[in-house]
Amino acid sequence: MSRSWITVDGNEAVALVAHRTNEVIAIYPITPSSGMGELSDEWSSKGKTNIWGQVPTVVEMQSEGGAAGAVHGALQAGALATTFTASQGLLLMIPNLYKIVGELTPFTIHVTARTIATHALSIFGDHSDVMACRPTGIAMLSSHTVQEAHDFACIAQAATLASRIPVMHFFDGFRTSHEVSRIEALTDEDLRAMLPDSHITALRQRALSPDHPDLRGTAQNPDVFFQAREAANLIHTAFPGHMQDAMDRFAALTGRQYHLFDYVGHPEAERVVIIMGSGAETVETVVEDLVSRGERVGVLKVRLFRPFSVEAFMSALPATVQAIAVMDRTKEPGAIGDPLFLDVVAALNEDGHLHPKVLGGRYGLASKEFTPAMVKAVFDELAASKPKHHFTVGIIDDVTGLSLTVDEDYSLEQPDAVRAVFFGLGADGTVGANKNSIKIIGEDTPNFAQGYFVYDSKKSGAVTISHLRFGPRPIRAPYLIRRANFVACHQFDFLDKYNVTGYLEPGAVFLLNAPGDASLVWDQLSADVQQAIITTQAKVYVIDAYDVARDTGMGNRINTIMQVCFFAISGVLPRDQAITHIKEAIRKTYSKRGDAVVQANFAAVDATLAHLHRLEVPTAVTATRRPAPVVSADAPDFIQRVTARMLANEGDLLPVSAFPVDGTWPSGTAKWEKRSIASEIPVWDAGLCIQCNKCALVCPHAAIRAKVATPAALDGHPDTFKSIPYKGAEYSGMEYIIQVAPEDCTGCSLCVMVCPAKDKANPKHKALELMPQRPLRDAERENYAFFLDLPEVDRTTVKTDIKSTQFLEPLFEYSGACAGCGETPYIKLLTQLYGDHLLIANATGCSSIYGGNLPTTPYTVNRDGRGPGWANSLFEDNAEFGLGMRLAADTQADEAQRLLRVLRDTGWVDAELATTLLDADQSTEAGLAAQRARVVTLKALLRGMGKPEAERLLVLADALTKKSVWIVGGDGWAYDIGYGGLDHVLASGRNVNILVLDTEVYSNTGGQQSKATPMGASAKFAASGKATHKKDLALMAMAYGSVYVARVAFGAKDAQTVKAFQEAEAHTGPSLIIAFSHCIAHGYDLAHGLDQQKLAVETGYWPLFRFDPNRVEKGESALVLDSGSPKGGLGTYMRNESRFRMVEQMYPERYKELLASAQQHAQGRFELYEQMARTRP
Amino acid sequence: MMDLSTTYLGFRLPHPLVPGASPLGWDLEMIRRLEDAGAPAIILPSLFEEQIEADALGTMHHMDVHEHAHAEALSYFPLADDFVMGPDRYLEHVHRVKTAVSVPVIGSLNGTSVAGWLAYARLIQDAGADALELNFYHVATDPHESSAEVEQRLIDIVASIKSTVRIPIAVKLSPFFSSLAHLARRLDLAGADGLVLFNRFYQPDIDPDALSAVPRLHLSHPDELLLRLRWLAILSGRLRASLAATGGAHSGLDALKAVMAGAHSVQMVAALLINGPEHLALARRDLSRLLKEREYESLAQAQGSMSLERCPDPDAFERGNYMKILQTWRVR
Repeated sequence: MSRSWITVDGNEAVALVAHRTNEVIAIYPITPSSGMGELSDEWSSKGKTNIWGQVPTVVEMQSEGGAAGAVHGALQAGALATTFTASQGLLLMIPNLYKIVGELTPFTIHVTARTIATHALSIFGDHSDVMACRPTGIAMLSSHTVQEAHDFACIAQAATLASRIPVMHFFDGFRTSHEVSRIEALTDEDLRAMLPDSHITALRQRALSPDHPDLRGTAQNPDVFFQAREAANLIHTAFPGHMQDAMDRFAALTGRQYHLFDYVGHPEAERVVIIMGSGAETVETVVEDLVSRGERVGVLKVRLFRPFSVEAFMSALPATVQAIAVMDRTKEPGAIGDPLFLDVVAALNEDGHLHPKVLGGRYGLASKEFTPAMVKAVFDELAASKPKHHFTVGIIDDVTGLSLTVDEDYSLEQPDAVRAVFFGLGADGTVGANKNSIKIIGEDTPNFAQGYFVYDSKKSGAVTISHLRFGPRPIRAPYLIRRANFVACHQFDFLDKYNVTGYLEPGAVFLLNAPGDASLVWDQLSADVQQAIITTQAKVYVIDAYDVARDTGMGNRINTIMQVCFFAISGVLPRDQAITHIKEAIRKTYSKRGDAVVQANFAAVDATLAHLHRLEVPTAVTATRRPAPVVSADAPDFIQRVTARMLANEGDLLPVSAFPVDGTWPSGTAKWEKRSIASEIPVWDAGLCIQCNKCALVCPHAAIRAKVATPAALDGHPDTFKSIPYKGAEYSGMEYIIQVAPEDCTGCSLCVMVCPAKDKANPKHKALELMPQRPLRDAERENYAFFLDLPEVDRTTVKTDIKSTQFLEPLFEYSGACAGCGETPYIKLLTQLYGDHLLIANATGCSSIYGGNLPTTPYTVNRDGRGPGWANSLFEDNAEFGLGMRLAADTQADEAQRLLRVLRDTGWVDAELATTLLDADQSTEAGLAAQRARVVTLKALLRGMGKPEAERLLVLADALTKKSVWIVGGDGWAYDIGYGGLDHVLASGRNVNILVLDTEVYSNTGGQQSKATPMGASAKFAASGKATHKKDLALMAMAYGSVYVARVAFGAKDAQTVKAFQEAEAHTGPSLIIAFSHCIAHGYDLAHGLDQQKLAVETGYWPLFRFDPNRVEKGESALVLDSGSPKGGLGTYMRNESRFRMVEQMYPERYKELLASAQQHAQGRFELYEQMARTRP
Repeated sequence: MMDLSTTYLGFRLPHPLVPGASPLGWDLEMIRRLEDAGAPAIILPSLFEEQIEADALGTMHHMDVHEHAHAEALSYFPLADDFVMGPDRYLEHVHRVKTAVSVPVIGSLNGTSVAGWLAYARLIQDAGADALELNFYHVATDPHESSAEVEQRLIDIVASIKSTVRIPIAVKLSPFFSSLAHLARRLDLAGADGLVLFNRFYQPDIDPDALSAVPRLHLSHPDELLLRLRWLAILSGRLRASLAATGGAHSGLDALKAVMAGAHSVQMVAALLINGPEHLALARRDLSRLLKEREYESLAQAQGSMSLERCPDPDAFERGNYMKILQTWRVR
């Protein structure tokens, strides 16, 4: 079988080998490794076999710890098993890695190397995770490119089977795992040749079996453990030989020769860089350049990091070397040097023949760019008379001065390659189209191709930047394009937000999607953009792609249109040939979506060229307009200095001194980022409004708000500001206002959908209606500013009903969550109710990403400076993390009360004040306000008292006011990885509240099934529809009898949701609220999210109830059902969502069975709840 | 044993009572029960082109739109190549029904575009259908489209489909044409092998509290048969195409009336949905009994006997009857 060239990303390249060379694959999704597990599952579900003809079993576990355990068991029982992971996931596997290595069980784990969360989480790439595994004894093999990742997946498997030493094959997260590249694919014959049957037979013979029983995992005592631990020495020592042998056999097969250490450069190099990972490629290209200029430099690329072969290392290193820079992509604070540096120093010392100067250097943390210019700086530093030890490169360190100065003009781009940069919107399909283009070029032309994609941190209105290189020679540039000969801006507004034209190199082609008449586009450009175009003499092409998309039934999908433009004007391929390829790609990609989609795309292709215009560029700038500043001039200093730079994509330029030393970040930053992503925003018809406040409740982004104000407060309001007299008694005489935040609204339309106020003569018109944002923006911006300045309602006067709660100020606003998100309304409500005395422990997941992902975050403060204290620890430990917060708050309150009693008893604090402080009822807003006032009095009294107890109490006095602790996370956390901890916290009896935002799937990592996934739903790892029922977490929690439990759905019964929050808060023990959260992973237009919530409740898919143990004391049943008997059948709900329809479509018979079973289960469950609700204590 | 045989769309059927297009047709078990109850042919529920397109485009707009937008989630659904948003499921069903039963299987199609009508008609034929019912479920809401244009579109589609497929086609019409007899004749000339009278539309109801329109579909009532009888009677004997009644035939007696008015087959839906597939056998026995009681030799003898051409009182089907009733109206 001849080998073929394929265009794949690093994850697929590895999975293509791992799936064919294993029998059991146990995984747990974690970025950026998830793709490998997903592909394996997809292939197995389609019956794709491994090289021995068997379909590998792929299982998704509840955590990486679980995946490692399952793999360990499979290995012990004699199967070839693997797993894929990264970062925290790898840390959870470490205990099993020790065991698997200790038991000498052949096994390859594939790791997309990713940053470990420290002062902050990062999903991006460095070696901090793999370096944490060094002490396990696992062999560590580093691949540097997509091709190498493919090759090493095979070599690793061959070496582990030959040697019995488990291998961790790792490659850089994102940079390699997500880079799309053209590679030569290994055939089944290649793999068979590399994995001889004899090695597999040996594995089988060692398997644990009752037919020839053994014991593994004994407990050993001081007499023998040490010796037994040393017994495997020879096997570890032999490993490098086995690895080199595998590499040599591989070379004989494929012609690609690798060594444990590969040296490239001048044979008599004096300066050498030692490095592993994708950065090695960059160093190699710089070495080639410098050597061609006569410099004696080289690079030693580390392939096998552990076991570290001193012999192989020394023989690869030129004896002429005088100075070495060892580059580590990790940071180990407190160590003499980072890990690779230490090993190199130790190796030189052990060998003893060479005595070069050795510098340690750190680069590339969390996918920080590592460019030829930075490598050049490293070589320059090696030549310096007093080089920096333990330097950093790629950042500006103005605190410890460790960073190297980089000459940014040094570039090694291939002159004959096309370098193209595309600015797109997540939703416009730019990245997908570019991936298509790479495939077309990589697979249908002799060109090499590379694609890398940079994503925004936001989930709605997200910006994507695609970096594509094509050329006749292999592309070895694992870094972003700085200057491009083709730049495309798929969203006109981006020109004012980002320095798009900064990518233009002289004479570049610039493609712009601009609304309206092409001849008017030049006048709409800012002076800066015009200047850049003139200076670079760019050839500018313009198209109104949205117009073409609308006319051809493509909606907002401009991907195909812009792709046609790219091929038409970039010259990568002859135009006709390109269009044929595009159409073929469309057919391949979309035929599964139906002919209508294919035809719409074809129509778009055919219509495009007639709408593409070359712009005549004037010789001089005609515009006077400059883009508005990134943030308002009113923003605080930190926002101006730091956040604004990050928002402008200039975060890389911020120096070390700009940052807090411990990751602490200010609250309330989202309000300074005005994203203006909605094309339409709600407009309020005050006359029609019935003042129900439901719009404010359902808004996921706190972008439509309600307020009451005195008529006097409205004096001087802007011209278009609207208000009407308030209709209720409680704020009689005041004015009522609904106001939209025009630049924060995402245009999701939930507010319009929920609005019940219809015009009786024309019911199509409601009190809220979507209208184009642009003409309204300026006036509404002014209105919103005026609205925000109006006094907030007195919290002590607010009733607890649904309407009144919406007058409370939200302290969670303008998050980056998806438009129409079903989770954020709950969090917003939480901050409205308790935000000023709230501590939130947030599990990793969607809610931690839209809650804490920089540059701006949504948690904010009120006018008193109070607001939620928010922290994210990990994915798996969130319940425990929140419990810790509770314990700390309680402990401090206890201590403050003790000190207060001491001061009262010794006469230093007035007895009445002290007693009121100690006995205060803080269950109401009024009680809380009174306690805060007493604390102010107390503090004033304590100051200057001169007593040690008073000093200590002064620090702790705020602990005398109540603190609410809420533990927030998704179903992946609560049902799966964090369930053990959650269960323990529920059993603890402590006063914590747990809010589970249940989307019934791992939303953040892209739709993998969780134990909350319902029967019949398709999800990754349950493509044919989940065959088991959703775990009834509520029922499990109710079994304790002491836990407050509620199941809510704000779209179905908002009053019940609010009541549940209030009861949970009032319950002095643990509370659990499971909140139905519609999600893009359900596959429908979220504008209908509220309707779906109603249907979910009506059909019994999601029964509503509250289980309050306090009711038992009153002789009542703890459980109250808040929804009626199921009506209409689950199918009515399910058929509206693609997650179910996919199953119905693909497997109609199976769907019928699953639906029937789900229906029966729902009925039985409801009857059980009914029975519980009837049962008196 | 009464001879109930009839010819519809060229098929010789042992009796005229055919289960019409209904949800029963989605269920293979139900279809088997219908056959056991003596169904002489099976008409499957309609393939809706509009639905297929809406599904496909909906998928594009609500699923694909989230792909490749965030670093952690390049997609949100399994890469299911088998998740084909197209007619495959329907076609598979046609094939399975065809394999499961020995009587003729009639597919049903509701198209929106000329290309769609043609393509799906061919696909349904290729999937094994013995005949095709074209379900012209169309509510003419466009004030710019004339009745002539609506009719012409219909004729064109029928003519094109006839030139594309080899199986017989029946055209299911609504009663809302201003010159139905003329249209029927044109359809006949265009090659239609049968006409099915009449389609029943979803009737939007109004919720005065929610100020919303509520789509409803009530099962047919025997009263609705009268409209069918009139038009069967008017068309009977004037066309080459065979005629089918649908809507309001619940019993053997209803069937007898429809046959007398000119129907070659009588489709039953509501009565089967209410009483189960076995009701068909009962209606057949009734039909046989009714003919016997009236001393008919065969169904053929009764077929079209009360048409406009043969009816002793043709005024009843025409305007005259209205006049007569008005004239005889007396204030009590």
